[in-house]
Amino acid sequence: MPPVTGVYPDAAGDAMENGMTGSGYFRITPGGRDYIYREEYDMAEKITIALKRGASCVGCDIAVVNFNEHLFTLLTYADIVFAPTLLDVKYEDLKNLPDGSVTIGFYHGAVRNSDNEEMAKVMRDKCRFLIAYGACAHMGGIPGLANATTRKKILEQVYKKTVSTVNPEGTMPMETYTDEAGHDLTLPAFYDRVFALDDVVDVDYYVPACPPTHDINMQILSLVREFVEKGKPLPPKGSVIASVKTLCDECGRTRSRTISVARFRRLQDLKLDEDKCFLEQGIVCLGPATRAGCGAPCTAVNVPCRGCMGPTSGVMEQGASMLSAIASIISISDDEDKLSEEQIERLMDQIIDPLGCFYRFSLPKSQLGRVVEDVKEE
Amino acid sequence: MSEPFIPKIIVFCCNWCAYAGADLAGVSRLQIKPHFRIIRTLCSARVDPEFIMYAFRKGADGVMVAGCHPGDCHYIGGNYRTRRRMALLKSMLKQFGLNTDRFRLEWVSASEGEKFARVVNDFIDRIVELGPSPFGKINNRDRRRKDEPISG
Ligand code: SF4
Ligand code: SF4
Ligand code: SF4
Repeated sequence: MPPVTGVYPDAAGDAMENGMTGSGYFRITPGGRDYIYREEYDMAEKITIALKRGASCVGCDIAVVNFNEHLFTLLTYADIVFAPTLLDVKYEDLKNLPDGSVTIGFYHGAVRNSDNEEMAKVMRDKCRFLIAYGACAHMGGIPGLANATTRKKILEQVYKKTVSTVNPEGTMPMETYTDEAGHDLTLPAFYDRVFALDDVVDVDYYVPACPPTHDINMQILSLVREFVEKGKPLPPKGSVIASVKTLCDECGRTRSRTISVARFRRLQDLKLDEDKCFLEQGIVCLGPATRAGCGAPCTAVNVPCRGCMGPTSGVMEQGASMLSAIASIISISDDEDKLSEEQIERLMDQIIDPLGCFYRFSLPKSQLGRVVEDVKEE
Repeated sequence: MSEPFIPKIIVFCCNWCAYAGADLAGVSRLQIKPHFRIIRTLCSARVDPEFIMYAFRKGADGVMVAGCHPGDCHYIGGNYRTRRRMALLKSMLKQFGLNTDRFRLEWVSASEGEKFARVVNDFIDRIVELGPSPFGKINNRDRRRKDEPISG
């Protein structure tokens, strides 16, 4: 069953009241429950927040700093109890908290090793609402591109093959090691593939983007604040806190109704028209397959969208929907019925790396999830 | 002795040509190996690349899309779209590591019952030769349970 799309009551109005751009639309996934009411939770006056990273570039931590002065407002109704980047805390501090004692947990970054997985589980146990914050937690993100290769190949490359590696003994990382003095040392297990957060634990809300923008942050803040102070219900579980529209709807570039592209090119290979849609100029832009909500900051500064907001609502696959879009806009000047299958395939070869390009942020969440090894083609 | 490999094959047929062709193959009592399941769509262009990837994820060993011959689409140009998408999908499936013989596009008209039987038999033979799809092994369980071997 495809996800039902819905509008969270009044949220759009709220967003406007607060002078925010974007919108207050959510995705309701099947099996998602109804709105969540404050009365269901026996909460103290102030709520508590925990922040934890997994396989993350820490950009999402910086995005939290991007709450700016609003962080101080947040502190009037919330205590931050655990946030390694902001506070002097140890993992044990989180583990020692009673289960369910933290109101909201933000987990950013993908799940790449056993430590990430363990901490994701600890976060799940401690937090009533767990938010997958940022593209990596939402869909695997950039670290998820590691699913285009294997653990074995990555380790070989890094520890043996790079030009700058000097490793005559071929030492490879080990999960356990006992030194001469008899100390047992351990390293987290490096997984064969990257997972999104909801592949390993139950997730309540998704906040997309790499990293989430200031406007998206403000949207979360207003939801949380209204919930705490006015008892306004939270959106249903499974909601993606962003828009239900397509990025093209938010993009400021001009676009004709039908697009037809003779040849796809790279940004450096043409003189860019700064007002015109990228796709029309033959530059791959993931706008048509991407969820709105970020405000299209990239296309505004002449960078095509790479799709960090993830698929639009109702779509299982960001990559497949982009693939369909691209295939249908390639213009064919000859009589199309005269072309052979091989000629069509050659035309499509202009898209050099469909996998990396269409799944830049969502490979672990794609239907196939990762590359495999099959019988070699002749 | 290990169990013989019984392939799981999905054949998407458009309603107007390929499905009618399959029907004709049936009423003509042509012999076709039984290892395929037909999913009928109104037009081959209704077959979103997403469906094909979903089929592979769920453990299909081969997927065939069958539609009207170019120029004969009931909806005028649907199969041209199919052809473009499938060409791009093929190069992407290759990047996913799949042997592209597991995926085939065929044109079968309503009068080509014999062709339907031939291409399906041929496809099944090729899939048997290739053996089980690697995605069947890793992805046929719910990924949320992440029960693939993850360390090692
Ligand atoms: S979503 Fe982007 S900013 Fe956040 S951790 Fe991932 S890569 Fe970094
Ligand atoms: S394709 Fe890209 S540039 Fe064109 S309208 Fe959509 S988001 Fe804007
Ligand atoms: S325009 Fe595209 S790449 Fe840029 S923030 Fe929005 S979704 Fe991400």
